[in-house]
Amino acid sequence: MSEYVLETKNLGISFGGLKAAQDVNIRIKKNQLYGLIGPNGAGKTTIFNLLTCVYKPTTGTFYLDGEEMKGQTPHRINQKGIARTFQNIRLFNNMTVVRNVMVGLHNNPEYKCSVLESVLRLPRHFKMEKAMRERAKELLRIFDLEQERNSLACNLPYGKQRKLEIARALATNPKLLLLDEPAAGMNPHETEDLARTIRFIRDHFDMTILLIEHDMGFVSELCDELTVLSFGTVLAQGDTKDVLQDPEVIKAYIGG
Amino acid sequence: MEEILSTLINGLSLGGIYAMIALGYTMVYGIAKMLNFAHGDIIMVGGYLIYVFMATKNPLIAILLAVVGCVILGVTIEKIAYKPLRGASPLAVLITAIGVSYMLQSLAQIIFGSATQMVTVYEFGAVKLMGATVQISSLVTLGVTVAVMLALTLFVKFTRLGRAMIAVSEDRDAAQLMGINVNGIITITFAIGSALAALAGLFYLLKAPAVSGTMGAMPGIKAFTAAVIGGIGSIPGAMLGGILLGMVECISYKITAIAPYTDAIEFSILILILLVRPTGFLGKKRREKV
Repeated sequence: MSEYVLETKNLGISFGGLKAAQDVNIRIKKNQLYGLIGPNGAGKTTIFNLLTCVYKPTTGTFYLDGEEMKGQTPHRINQKGIARTFQNIRLFNNMTVVRNVMVGLHNNPEYKCSVLESVLRLPRHFKMEKAMRERAKELLRIFDLEQERNSLACNLPYGKQRKLEIARALATNPKLLLLDEPAAGMNPHETEDLARTIRFIRDHFDMTILLIEHDMGFVSELCDELTVLSFGTVLAQGDTKDVLQDPEVIKAYIGG
Repeated sequence: MEEILSTLINGLSLGGIYAMIALGYTMVYGIAKMLNFAHGDIIMVGGYLIYVFMATKNPLIAILLAVVGCVILGVTIEKIAYKPLRGASPLAVLITAIGVSYMLQSLAQIIFGSATQMVTVYEFGAVKLMGATVQISSLVTLGVTVAVMLALTLFVKFTRLGRAMIAVSEDRDAAQLMGINVNGIITITFAIGSALAALAGLFYLLKAPAVSGTMGAMPGIKAFTAAVIGGIGSIPGAMLGGILLGMVECISYKITAIAPYTDAIEFSILILILLVRPTGFLGKKRREKV
């Protein structure tokens, strides 16, 4: 057990000549709400893609609970305990809300039963499916989505689709939750509601959360610590209050 | 009346065979996003495997071994020929599939010669049903295809694995990041498709007891047509398209005036349906955003 849930060491990736991220060192303690901010094109989502092994890093490596994760495949990374949401929502649109969450429960050993048991429709199959559905409903309740559980994911309003993505990611039972712009496109009321939900997830699930966000108000209210990226490099890092007063950061955001 | 009944049963059983093959096309398309044009030739391999294993004199053992053999072949082809091309342009994968198809046909001709071989799996005979003479093999074919389709539907709809398959077909990357082993799911899909193709090979032998290197080509194309008519990627669509095409074929053969044009009629139906519904009967509509 390491002191940090996530630790990246000189993590970097180049696409051809472009250094999309370089020498990124982030350390996140258990139960922390950690923010990754920066102007457009700073490499925030690139970091998420590195952490979920969608991209292979050109330099450096990263550790989850002290275990090196470099070189894993995306589905193994998820099984190891990193789950994410997407900047542009990627739900299984033609599945119902509850089934979306059940896909997230796919690898949970509590609900496993063999294909034979399922095809022969033995009692265990029904028991497992029922338990799985109940668990999915429980998760949906947290996000106030239980009413809509049988509608198709694509028919949900935007804000609820974002919440469903978080519920689906949580269903995979992660140690670290990566949220890519969870408040994007939400109105102030929805954003406030989301901040409450994220805090609830941290406390209720004992979760460690790394989130990308543009909304400064949202970040300053929610995150304990920040890393600011600009053109792929770390501009500033540390306690939220200090970072947001850093002149370099203000310059990168406002320009000038 | 008797004529109608026997045509109906023949049409349904032929349609069932097409549906079984079409399921292989449509599932592979839905999940691996590729057209596996070597799928029809798995039927042929299934036929030859039954022919070889009939040396055991036990049809059940021969069928079982043929199914297992086709599953191994299908999965191996996927691993060797298609998996390295994951992420390559769809055209490259398509050409590879056509290459695999010709390779299988040529291999069969090298091993077994180009002459048609006769093989009798089992003599079922015929029964009188409300005055009509019906081949029992047609009824068996119909029964087995219905059972298989039912089992497959239940499997995809209600099992964990089935749900994972749908998730992969909807969004491969997102499914992967939810911890689903996409390569594993694709392997399972090829295994199921190949097993169904082997069974289709068996039913062809029950209808006409002959195997040849090119026996899979025409059924393959017909079943592909059925899959497109039903909406490629859709499992109920493949069943619907298969049954429709089988019925049309049997009815057309019964009418002397148009019998020689049967194949042309079937493919014309494809064109007509695609003109009216470009996604097939049950295919997903995709609206392009500008």
